[in-house]
Amino acid sequence: MSLIPAALATATALGVAGVPAGLILPQRVRGALVGSLTAGVGVAGGTAGVAALGGGRFSASAPGLLPLAGAHFAVDALSGLFMAVAGAVVAAVAVYGIGYVAGHGSHGLGSRGAQAVLPLFALTLLLVPAAAAVSTFLLLWELMALTSLLLVLAEHRARPAVREAAVWYAVMTHLGLVLLLAGLSVYAAQAGGETFAALRSGSGAMSPTVRGLVFVLTATAFTSKAGLVPLHAWLPRAHPEAPSAVSALMSAAMVNLGVYGLVRVGFDLLGGGPAWWWLLVMAMGGLSAVYGILQAAMASDLKRLLAYSTSENMGLVVLGVGAAGLFAHAGDKALAGLVLAAALLHVVNHSAFKSLLFGAAGSVLRATGERNLDLLGGLRARMPITAGLFALGALGAVALPPGNGFVSEWLLLQSMIHGLAVPGVTTAIVLPLAVAVIALSAGLAAAVFVKALGVGFFARPRTAQAAAAQESPLLMLAGMALLAALCTALALVPGLLGDGLDRAVAAVGFAGMHPVSGGGLRVRLDEVSASLSPLWVVVALTVALGAVTAATRWASRRQRRRMNARLWDCGGGAPTPRMAYTATSFAEPLQRVFDDVLAPEQDVDVTPVRESAYLVERVAFRNRVPDRIEHRLYRPVLDFLAAAGQSARRLAGGSVHAYLGYGFFGLVALLVVLVVGW
Amino acid sequence: MVGYTAIVLQVGAVVAGAPLLTGLMRQTRARLEGRAGAGVLQPWRDVRKLLRKEPITPVGTGPAFRWAPPLLVATSLVLAVLVPLVSTDTPVRARADLILVVSLLALGTLALALAGLDTGTAFGGMGASREMTIAALVEPTILVAVFALSIPAGSTNLPVIVAGAADQPARLTSPAGLLAIAALAVAVLAESGRLPVDNPSTHLELTMVHEAMVLEYAGPDLALVEFGAQLRLTVLLGLLASLFAPWGIATGASLTAVLLALLLVVLKVMVLGMALAAAEVFWAKLRLFRVPELLAGSFLLALLAVTASYFLGAEGGGAR
Repeated sequence: MSLIPAALATATALGVAGVPAGLILPQRVRGALVGSLTAGVGVAGGTAGVAALGGGRFSASAPGLLPLAGAHFAVDALSGLFMAVAGAVVAAVAVYGIGYVAGHGSHGLGSRGAQAVLPLFALTLLLVPAAAAVSTFLLLWELMALTSLLLVLAEHRARPAVREAAVWYAVMTHLGLVLLLAGLSVYAAQAGGETFAALRSGSGAMSPTVRGLVFVLTATAFTSKAGLVPLHAWLPRAHPEAPSAVSALMSAAMVNLGVYGLVRVGFDLLGGGPAWWWLLVMAMGGLSAVYGILQAAMASDLKRLLAYSTSENMGLVVLGVGAAGLFAHAGDKALAGLVLAAALLHVVNHSAFKSLLFGAAGSVLRATGERNLDLLGGLRARMPITAGLFALGALGAVALPPGNGFVSEWLLLQSMIHGLAVPGVTTAIVLPLAVAVIALSAGLAAAVFVKALGVGFFARPRTAQAAAAQESPLLMLAGMALLAALCTALALVPGLLGDGLDRAVAAVGFAGMHPVSGGGLRVRLDEVSASLSPLWVVVALTVALGAVTAATRWASRRQRRRMNARLWDCGGGAPTPRMAYTATSFAEPLQRVFDDVLAPEQDVDVTPVRESAYLVERVAFRNRVPDRIEHRLYRPVLDFLAAAGQSARRLAGGSVHAYLGYGFFGLVALLVVLVVGW
Repeated sequence: MVGYTAIVLQVGAVVAGAPLLTGLMRQTRARLEGRAGAGVLQPWRDVRKLLRKEPITPVGTGPAFRWAPPLLVATSLVLAVLVPLVSTDTPVRARADLILVVSLLALGTLALALAGLDTGTAFGGMGASREMTIAALVEPTILVAVFALSIPAGSTNLPVIVAGAADQPARLTSPAGLLAIAALAVAVLAESGRLPVDNPSTHLELTMVHEAMVLEYAGPDLALVEFGAQLRLTVLLGLLASLFAPWGIATGASLTAVLLALLLVVLKVMVLGMALAAAEVFWAKLRLFRVPELLAGSFLLALLAVTASYFLGAEGGGAR
């Protein structure tokens, strides 16, 4: 199998060549060339991933590449799955990005800096799963964090909010790095080697306490990268403020790597663990799923909504990963393989529809300059293709047939339901709750995406910007069309993944259950079976739809001509677009239902007329749903840091005398220490 | 061949009977309230009248508005094919997954909600918002009840569950079975938009849910919307009947059994519909913000059903 190294080398060459290209080229050709190089990185990396999914393996060491440890790479089917997903997303988004940059001029994503960093970011997304040693992994991980940080900052001149988002992202990703570094260093020290092979063989001899410590540290870091509650705070800030192409890459490829890390370290390297690890992971996943989608239901900012939905979907995936750990701990490898396959399939599906949705959101942002759903509307007549593509992505996100999200959520539900075969009271209590969490998040996701599509794209435009929107350039549409084709293929023929999914699951030591094959899904365990054929559902729905339309046409054959009529206005004159439901009003019932969880802040200011307290001159109403977890968890820490900083300011009074004094006393103290100490 | 006959008979009965069921329920209600009523055939007369009117497109609406009614009816028709009302031995038995059934129901709801938002009126948005809120909250109840039902059968496949229950009626009278019935019955009320969750005959903005969403429809489109709602109600009541009173359902390839089962299921659905109509006379519609309490209650029942099924099942039957 020489395909994988060749493809990886090509990807690396293209990605590295993109840096000088981005820096040197004039603005006219920069976007197109860097975009093409990035797309090449994606195609090459994706090819390597597909080859690995097809059964190819590759490992290599380059002792001279990194000081001290050398660089180690290994690609198996699990890496291959994540590389294939990242490659496909990168390739499509890069095509989209060329169109996105073309009209933007030389700032934002089109600037020299951003264009130089973009191919490098794409490359790290593909190389992180290929790393096979702690130092290589951490280096690539950090490179990924830094390049994405620079890309988040791309539009910092346009909006001050970008800087704040970038600071949050920078701090949180580096806290994650610290945890990861600590966890993996402890692990490497205990295992007596830092290559993954050494970690794997050394894990058995470690004490349970150290194993638990390593798992908690790394799992915290990985779940933070995956955007899981409570370490999600960076995600709903960074995703909306980044250029949409970057949001798509981050949300559809980068957060996946958190899941990759969790699976790699938890299952492959540590070889599974006690039940409490996985219950912890399941708790985080379940919490993120429900909390993420609730916040998405409250969000009026389209990209923020999508960001929270990422939190939700990653929560569902991690719920599945946790369940796999639980089942494996109980000794049911087959069931563990099934639920892990469901989780990985959801990673694939989520990447496909979420990158499409972020692409469409970027098109809207570009056409109207607005992300606020309350100010959009009527886009389906002005941007029909974008609206159609968004609808397709939304269909995937609501987990209803015939969308692609349904396929993986069905498999996830099936594996949870069948998980009751695992003996033990824990599973009997945890699994029904997990099913309820999946169901609630699916139900709320339906409300969320009805809101996004119905308020943002349907009805009539609420503002002049929305009314003046125009369809996006061809290349942006082409990029999205690629992703739409991917969504459709995954929705109709999940068997396209073939045995790849099985190989990915088998790579961490679980038996492949062949849940997907050909045009359908099949779950076969002892005593239980279930099957789903998405293609059949689509055909049945189409036939039924055709029959209904034909029957209606025949029944009303005397009245063929459709007439236009005014909307019902209760006799009060034509309703204005301001009377239409907004995203905020759409979410109001849910906000009331989940009042205790969300703790919304409402303010009503009534200003009466001066002459009479009963006549109202003006009413001001403000409604805000702050991220409560963020508020409670982060605010105290930030306040403490700020207070510490404030008190430290007293040392720096601005007097040069004092500063010289500090220097003098510092030097003396040092000398005294040296004299006494030595 | 008998399998195909069973499907054709079943779909025919559902399509022909759905308006009649609504007519029967209205008539029952009218009699109980001391009115003469419009007769059982009135919904069919309404459909005929509406189909003869000219189709109307309100200004400013788009494809979502146009295609939601046919899609609603299409999902209901697919459900009418999938759900085993007459026979568990049909050619589609491998496809009749309970989770798929639940999702198809939700798909119809979602299409209408989008159509409501597409009109861009306050009524449409209001109805869509309320409907999606209720739909989101019903989902956990339904799926956990599905979980409870699938435990004794070992599958979420509907014909397997129904055939298993027909074989061993003890499953139905077990605590888990009874709890699941109660939970699913509440969920069915919410899904089909009946009292106490939604009042299908109201046109008051404070109480409208479904009616507000479809306020802009007229003519053939309205006929489809109403027909779709009637189909859903019929299929859901039929599903309840098959799950919890499966006696008489055909399990083999005998034409007589199929015909008998058809007769029985029509009777069962009629009884259920009349009971629901009679109950509705005495129920008031819940305030929208009290509905979550009802649904939370039914969710609790469903959760109890799963745990009861697990713990009691492990002791008693030793199925696992």
